[in-house]
This record gives sequence, C-alpha cells and structure tokens, in this order.
Amino acid sequence: MSAKVKVVKRKGDTLPEKLYLVEVLKGMKTSFGHFWRNLRDNSRLYVRHYPEQQPEITPRWRGRHRLTTHEDGSIKCVACFMCQTNCPSRCIMIEAGERLDDRDEKLPVRFDIDLLECIYCGYCVEACPKDAIRMDTGIFSLVEHNREKMLVGLDELAATPGAFTEDDYQKRGL
Amino acid sequence: MDATAIEIMKTAFPYGQFTEVLDTVVIDVPEDKLHGTLARLRNYPDLDFSLLLDVTAVDYLHYPGHTGDRFAVVYTLRNWKKNRLLQVKSRVADPVKGVVSATDLWPAANWAEREVFDQYGINFKRHPDLRRILNHWQFQGHPLRKDFDIENRQICLESDSLEGPIKERLAQNGVDESTIKDINTEVMFLNLGPSHPATHGAIRILTALDGETILANVNEIGYLHRGFEKTAEQRTYNQIVPLTDRLNYCSSMLNNIAYVKAVESWMGIEITERAQFMRVVLSEFYRIQDHLVCLAANLVDMGGLTNYWYLYNEKEASYDFISRLTGARLTSSFTRIGGMYRDFYEGWEVDMENQLKDIEKGISDCLALVLQNRIVHERTQNCCAFPGETALAYGFTGPCLRASGVPFDLRKDAPYYNYEAFDFNIPVGTNGDIYDRMMVRFEEMFESMKIIRQAMKMIPGGPVFIDNKRIALPSKNEVYGNIEALASHFKLIFDGIQVPKGEWYDSFEAANGELGFHFVSDGSGQPYKCKVRPPCFYKMGGFHEMVEGEMVADAILNLGSINIIGGELDR
Ligand code: SF4
Ligand code: SF4
Repeated sequence: MSAKVKVVKRKGDTLPEKLYLVEVLKGMKTSFGHFWRNLRDNSRLYVRHYPEQQPEITPRWRGRHRLTTHEDGSIKCVACFMCQTNCPSRCIMIEAGERLDDRDEKLPVRFDIDLLECIYCGYCVEACPKDAIRMDTGIFSLVEHNREKMLVGLDELAATPGAFTEDDYQKRGL
Repeated sequence: MDATAIEIMKTAFPYGQFTEVLDTVVIDVPEDKLHGTLARLRNYPDLDFSLLLDVTAVDYLHYPGHTGDRFAVVYTLRNWKKNRLLQVKSRVADPVKGVVSATDLWPAANWAEREVFDQYGINFKRHPDLRRILNHWQFQGHPLRKDFDIENRQICLESDSLEGPIKERLAQNGVDESTIKDINTEVMFLNLGPSHPATHGAIRILTALDGETILANVNEIGYLHRGFEKTAEQRTYNQIVPLTDRLNYCSSMLNNIAYVKAVESWMGIEITERAQFMRVVLSEFYRIQDHLVCLAANLVDMGGLTNYWYLYNEKEASYDFISRLTGARLTSSFTRIGGMYRDFYEGWEVDMENQLKDIEKGISDCLALVLQNRIVHERTQNCCAFPGETALAYGFTGPCLRASGVPFDLRKDAPYYNYEAFDFNIPVGTNGDIYDRMMVRFEEMFESMKIIRQAMKMIPGGPVFIDNKRIALPSKNEVYGNIEALASHFKLIFDGIQVPKGEWYDSFEAANGELGFHFVSDGSGQPYKCKVRPPCFYKMGGFHEMVEGEMVADAILNLGSINIIGGELDR
C-alpha cells in the first residue's frame, strides 16, 4: 500500500508520431465520433436551453433568503441578531421592535439583506435558533437595474414562499 | 522531527531557543544571527532545508501579555526528503532597519519578503528589489499592522510604470542601455495583461522583447488583493471557511479542508472516521476539477479548443453533483471546525461513480487528440524547462515541482487522513518543461480517481461531526426545544470556538501544491493572525526565470501550465 513514485513516460519518439498525419488522423476519429453521435442524437449534449429549461435546484441549494412565518402569518423571527452576528460579510441589518402577539418579546421592524454583499454561505440559516430564516426559495438569479433594489427588506423576505415541501426541506437529501 | 536532526541543530545553533509545535520545530534566534542561521540550514548537507515555504511577520502590538519588541519575522523551511519542517523566528528591534534578506539563499524569499515589507513595513537589508507587491504602489501604510484600520481603503490612481525594475532586469541579463536604444537592436516593451484572456485572471506581465524573444520579464500582481488575512483577523474561526472558498476558486473544497485541518490540528481535534474519508474523497474529486480547468485552459492557449470542451464539459457536469452536495456550484463552504457541514446525500455513490466515468471518458478523448500529437510535443517539450533544484529554490511545490522530477507530495511524505492506507502513484516528470507539467496533471487525475474508488469502498458510516459541545453546534431540534442547547448554540455563534493561545503552521497538499496556514491565536474566538501560504504565489515568483529567453507565445503556455489562480495569488 501507500504511495509510489512513478515517472511519466515522454512521448514523441516513435515514427507515427513524427509523421504527424497518422496520429492526427487517429485524433480526428475521436472528434468525428463526437460529431456523428451528436448529429444523430443531440439530446445528450451538454447544452441547457435556459431559461426555458431550468437547472436542477435541490433542497440543499443556498438560494435567496426568506423569512418564515407561523400558520397565522406572523413572522417567526424574534430579532435575536444571531444571523446578523454570524454573517461573515455583515450584510444583514436588523432593527428590533416590541412584539404584541404573546409569542415572544420582540420582532424585527426592519430586516434588510444587502444581496450585493451577501456571499450565499448559509451561515445565517445555521445560526438561527428559530428556523426563521431559510435559503430555500430556489431563487438563484438576481438581476436589478440599481444597487438600492438589491437590498431586500422585511416584506419581500416574508412574502416569498419556499420552493420545497416541508418534508423535503427538513431531510435535505438525507 | 527526528531526534538526530534536532541534535545537529542544537549543536550548530547554541544561541537558539528550540520549541516543538505540532510537527514543526521552531528556533528562536537573535536578530543578528538570523541570516547566518538560515544560511547554514540551507547549505549544511546534514540539514539541507532546500525549500523555503514562506516568510511572514507577526505584529504583537495587541497580543495579550506580550513584552519586548513589537515585530517578529518567521521563516518556514522544509527538508522535503526527510519530512522536516522548521520555523526560524527572530524578533525585529526596529522595522525601519529591519533584518538581513534571505534572497541570496533562496530566490523564493524575494517575493515573500516583499510581501512582509508591504504588509508589515519591515525592511529587508540587501534585498534586491524591495517594493510593495500585494498592495498598489501608491498605498500608504501597512495593512497587517494591528494599528491599521481595515476601513482605510485606498484607490490607485495611476499604474506603476515598472520602468526601473524592467531595466534592471535587462541589465542583469546583459542588455545595456545602448542596445535598448540602438535602432537595429531596439528593445520593445510589451504588457501582457493585466486584463487579457491569456492571463486567465488579472496579472500584468511586462516583457522586454527582441523580436518575439523575451529578454527580460517583470510581473505585477495584486489586482485581486482583497485583504483575506486582514479580514480573517476580524472573523471567528468558522466564519473564515466561506472566505477560503475564494482562495483557489477552482478547488474551493481543498481550501475549506486545508483551513479547518490546520485549526483542528492545533486544537487536537480528531474528526470522525467518516468525516476523514469524506474529506479524502472530496479532496481528490476537487483535485481532478482543478486539473481539468488548468489543462483545458492550457490547451485552449495552444489553439486546441476541442480539448477544452472534452475536459470542461465534464467539469461543468461535476458542478451539478457538487451543487447537489453542498448547495452551491462554486463556493462550497462545506467544512466546519470539527467535521463536515453535512453528510453526503442519499445515492451519492451512484452519482460519483457516473461522474468519474464521464471524466475518464473526457480525459481519454482529450488524450486521443493530444498525447501523440506532434504539434503539442513541439510546443511543449523542452519549453520553459525548470530543473528540480531551481524549482525548489523558488519554492515550487505540487505538480509543478513534481514535473521537475522532485517526488515531494505531502500525501506521501507527511500523510494525513489515512493516505498511507491507499494504493496510488505519485507521477513525476523528468525535464520540468510545459509538457511534463501537463502530463503530470493528466496522470494525477487518474491517480485521484483510484484513491476515490478505494475510499468509497472503505468509507464507514457514523456521524460526520465530533461530539463536543464547545466545538459543534447542537442539532437544530435541540436548539428549538432545549434551553441548555440554546445557550451553547448562542455562545458558539457569538464568541466563536475558543482556540488555545499559540502559534502554529499546518499544511495540506492542495491541487496546486502545499497550501499552508500560519496562525497566531490569542486564545479568543478570532485568529490574531492567519497567514496563507499560497502555492501559486511562489510559482509566479519564478515565472520570469522560466520565460526569459523563450518566445512570447511560450510564455502564455507557461503561465497556463503553472496554473496561476488570482484568488490565491493575491488573496
Ligand atoms: S448567506 Fe451568508 S453572507 Fe448571506 S446573509 Fe446569510 S450569512 Fe450573510
Ligand atoms: S432570523 Fe433567526 S437568527 Fe436572525 S434575528 Fe430572526 S430569529 Fe434571530
């Protein structure tokens, strides 16, 4: 067992190699093999007809965030600042306010994520003790015409639905 | 390190203070003895530290309990034949006066010391070319000093002409002022890059040409400098993992693993068996990815676009697997201190095996076109050759060093994660030319596949994270329901994992060579210092030596063959 040193053989000394054409024609065989195969059946080409054909997004995918809600529609977040603290790019800005629905003491009155700063690492989700923030929207493409619009706020975060069933999300491939 | 070596050094350096940290021996020497010590370590045949891995400095300004001089410089050396790792450390009484440069001993010290000068403002006496390197030439201050504010960003308003350095290089190569000006032999100055497709990133390659032959070459880097090390000082240990994705972004997982391995080694954390095997499987898979990118790009530079598709298609397809596993295509962020972020998903073995088969097919299709192709041979063989000794002196590691015939690979010479249990080969070249560098990479991909297949047979079940409340976040269900778990979750997020006080170096065989991390911890949850030893940096430092005397078109191929990745080069 264990590693052995192996010297790589150098090519180029044989007559067919020196003659050039022989080896080039052999190479052409490979290229033409691809050509014929693709001409007969192009379904296996590595081409995706985006955007009609969307890429596969699984429940592990770290997409744009959303804030989850209770059944009655109230927000789960309790403004504990854990996600903001754990964010390596420091792009979450939360302001806490008093909560009146007996569920907890606080809720966020402002919850902004600067998506231009965000590096989609998922550390906010990992930090949240309330399962209040998730990256399961399946949104992977974000385009806006100005910087300000890349700052998503509380309403938009809470309004975006998740892209997976609860069961699939909880399992995440396991 | 073996006892004999330590004995020899203790006799040779009676003035030194010896300590052992992990597998590194650290010698503390007085400032005036630094150069003498380094010279003996390099030249004394019994010691033979032929590889200068890294040079860095530490600013102890805010270090708890520190007295005495504020700065220290640290040289990290390796004797690759005997697996001896050594650090020579010296206090710097006055950064303006500085210490004597080691450039005369290892040319690798040239760039390494420039970086220390740039980041810490420590002078190196007798250094031939002490200029800034990562920060631009108009930059004021030294960012890694503890009293430098991270917000103090500065814009470069004018590019550096580099006239002085290139003229000096021309003079060293025997081209004098009159030849440069004479109408018959006039030298042409040509910039390749910084933004040019052939540079595969932002690097400025300034050449002085006679026709198409490169007479002299000077390179400017730092276009992608983001202050990784400064940022790391202000993040918890786990928060740095996503930042490491952005070092060598062609193989993000290798950086993730190398980084957490370095912290775990120091903390004495033994990760679970399953996590170890996961790391082996993923390391090798990412090594293949890295080589695929490098070779594909290298062949495009040669005009072989078809090869690019055969290799790159498979890499693209691998990203589907990677995204299913990690949740992102490029930025994996998949490790944590103490284990892996998640286990493999159900059915990963089938996906992995299919992926490997496709990659094999892609590589063999590509090899059918290039392996015996005379154009490829003539473009690459004996072109930009670098003998083993020179490669070592410039601090080369990884495939580029092995292509020069030096069989050094950490997986063989200082194995971790059960690498000694796998049956695989370390491919080495003979000439150290572009051809060897390419072929070594092709072979390494097949070897990596062998390792993956063996590891997939051996991988045990079980958890992927250690069971230690002070390191592992509690499971989410516990956090939701149990106040104790919530408290420890809270503490880990707010304070980070507490890492014992100390300084250490740990290394890992990444796709490009030895990826090392030099840490200083003050016992808190954030590193006091976190220095990366990027394999690319040293290869780029030897680039001029490889291309001078060759043609412009060869320089492009050479750049591709040493696989410079801006993210890691400039940090
Ligand atoms: S994904 Fe990462 S960077 Fe983005 S908000 Fe969450 S923690 Fe911050
Ligand atoms: S999203 Fe979660 S972690 Fe962030 S403030 Fe709300 S409850 Fe706390």
